[in-house]
Amino acid sequence: MATQASRAAARLMISPAVVLLLLWMIVPLGMTIYFSFLRYNLLMPGTEAFAGFDNYKYFLTDPAFFTSIKNTLVLVLGVLIITVGGGIALALLLDQPLWGQGIVRVLVIAPFFVMPTVSALVWKNMFFNPVNGLFAYAAKAVGLQPFDFLSQAPMFSIIIIVAWQWLPFATLILLTAMQSLDSEQLEAAEMDGASWGNRFIYIMVPHLTRAVTVVILIQTIFLLSTFAEILVTTNGGPGTATTNLTYLVYMQSLLQFDVGGGSAGGIIAVILANIVAIFLMRMIGKNLET
Amino acid sequence: MGQIELQKVTKSFGETQVIPPLDLVIGEGEFVVFVGPSGCGKSTLLRLIAGLEDISSGTIKIDGKDATDLGPAKRGLAMVFQSYALYPHMSVRKNIAFPLKMAGMEKAAIDAKVEGAAKVLNLGDYLERRPGQLSGGQRQRVAIGRAIVREPAAFLFDEPLSNLDAALRVNMRLEITELHQTLKTTMIYVTHDQVEAMTMADKIVVLHAGRIEQVGSPLELYRTPRNTFVAGFIGSPKMNLLTGAVAKARGVETIGIRPEHVAVSKDSGEWQGRVTVAEHLGSDTFLHVNSDHGGMTVRVGGQMNVGHGDTIWMTPDANHLHRFGADGVRIA
Repeated sequence: MATQASRAAARLMISPAVVLLLLWMIVPLGMTIYFSFLRYNLLMPGTEAFAGFDNYKYFLTDPAFFTSIKNTLVLVLGVLIITVGGGIALALLLDQPLWGQGIVRVLVIAPFFVMPTVSALVWKNMFFNPVNGLFAYAAKAVGLQPFDFLSQAPMFSIIIIVAWQWLPFATLILLTAMQSLDSEQLEAAEMDGASWGNRFIYIMVPHLTRAVTVVILIQTIFLLSTFAEILVTTNGGPGTATTNLTYLVYMQSLLQFDVGGGSAGGIIAVILANIVAIFLMRMIGKNLET
Repeated sequence: MGQIELQKVTKSFGETQVIPPLDLVIGEGEFVVFVGPSGCGKSTLLRLIAGLEDISSGTIKIDGKDATDLGPAKRGLAMVFQSYALYPHMSVRKNIAFPLKMAGMEKAAIDAKVEGAAKVLNLGDYLERRPGQLSGGQRQRVAIGRAIVREPAAFLFDEPLSNLDAALRVNMRLEITELHQTLKTTMIYVTHDQVEAMTMADKIVVLHAGRIEQVGSPLELYRTPRNTFVAGFIGSPKMNLLTGAVAKARGVETIGIRPEHVAVSKDSGEWQGRVTVAEHLGSDTFLHVNSDHGGMTVRVGGQMNVGHGDTIWMTPDANHLHRFGADGVRIA
């Protein structure tokens, strides 16, 4: 890519892909913004009219709105804490030489291959179900009243399901980071008199910070838009106990047929996601430098 | 402080025995160098002494006390690793202070010790930098600093100079030797470079396939190598080992003569040969010669004018001729 001509050719060659990606992003975004300023209800076709900021006003004053923001944050934070903590613990375990290491690693990765709807349904029907579920069976076996997870602790249950799906991802990233730690550093620390706990705190954790940062950034992006797990288990309920922002937008536009309100909610979600992203990059993005 | 004794120490990895039973005494304040070709078990031996590997059988005593089952931290030894093993996320100051912090020392005392070590090692200006911002030689000094603040019974060095360029290696070699003279602490130094061994050691331990071939001062090994392995390993360029008729004539299986103990003449001498390569170092010239008895290397003065293709005559100095029997062992 040295000469002027080859550089121009390179730009020409990649331009179709760039233009396609740009359209892919700009057209839906543009249409969403356009719809968000319309009074647009599927039950009243032909009555579309410019509505100004009314859609935004209605969405922001919806009593479910603040609950949904709180729920979104609780879900993201809960899953992050479980996956990062559990991921470090699993990475430490899997880093040990053990018999059948290859099989164990494949088993650990397995949940990542199960699609969200399926894993949520499996959890809902096989584990959490108060009549037929495994947890209910275990509770009855020791003489306890079965616990109805999805109605008694709905948010906790959803956090468990989502964390189960994302734990393999965190474990994989952290395991590779753990394996890239120079074993001479650990030996040096051992010679320096550091106990296992001190080696973990002073050598391993600092080494893992970059990988943890990557895990947090990537997972946050995906967790902000959790939807399938909520749809197939609690439907956002009971009440609005598990309604997150994504689910609220879905309810607005597809259950209440209010496309305009849903679009306004979508734009608000985009803005909030960007605020979260800026905060994250400020707080932990510096870990990624050099 | 600092006497280390190995008694019948062995080490096996699964079925393969890398160190057959081995006895060795390292005296207080000695600078001992383990030298040998790669894979001879010298690093393993050092790690056994450090406690980073468990020995398969035998006893290790440090200062007369049984240390066989002690953890690495409890043995009172400090190690400098080949990769330096500095903690990349800590400043130089924190790196050096780390062992003291782990020992639970007070902050003021730690600071004083770190400053002291930094002064000895000329690291004063770099204390707040990270290891990534230092050059190879400076990192090496930080690693040494981390070792000396602990005031260990002995220092263990695992090929510490192999990552440095040639000029720096000579400097660091001097610095480590000077450090030994200042601290007077026992040092065990592992290297595959016999020049480092010769220049630094009080006592050299030549290892080959896990066995100790010979233990002695550098000049002892140079003057009276016990077998053909030591004879070929110590000294640069290597000793010429000749077999066949020329050795039979002297009643032995192998004779050895160092390149510097051969008199070279253009007119007459004992053995004839043709020069293949002449390496001019200025002060000396090393001639690689194709002789009647095989390839040889000889040293001549820098002023002698010989080159590729010249025929020369070589006469070994009888006082410096080494004789070895059929089993490779020296015959006095």
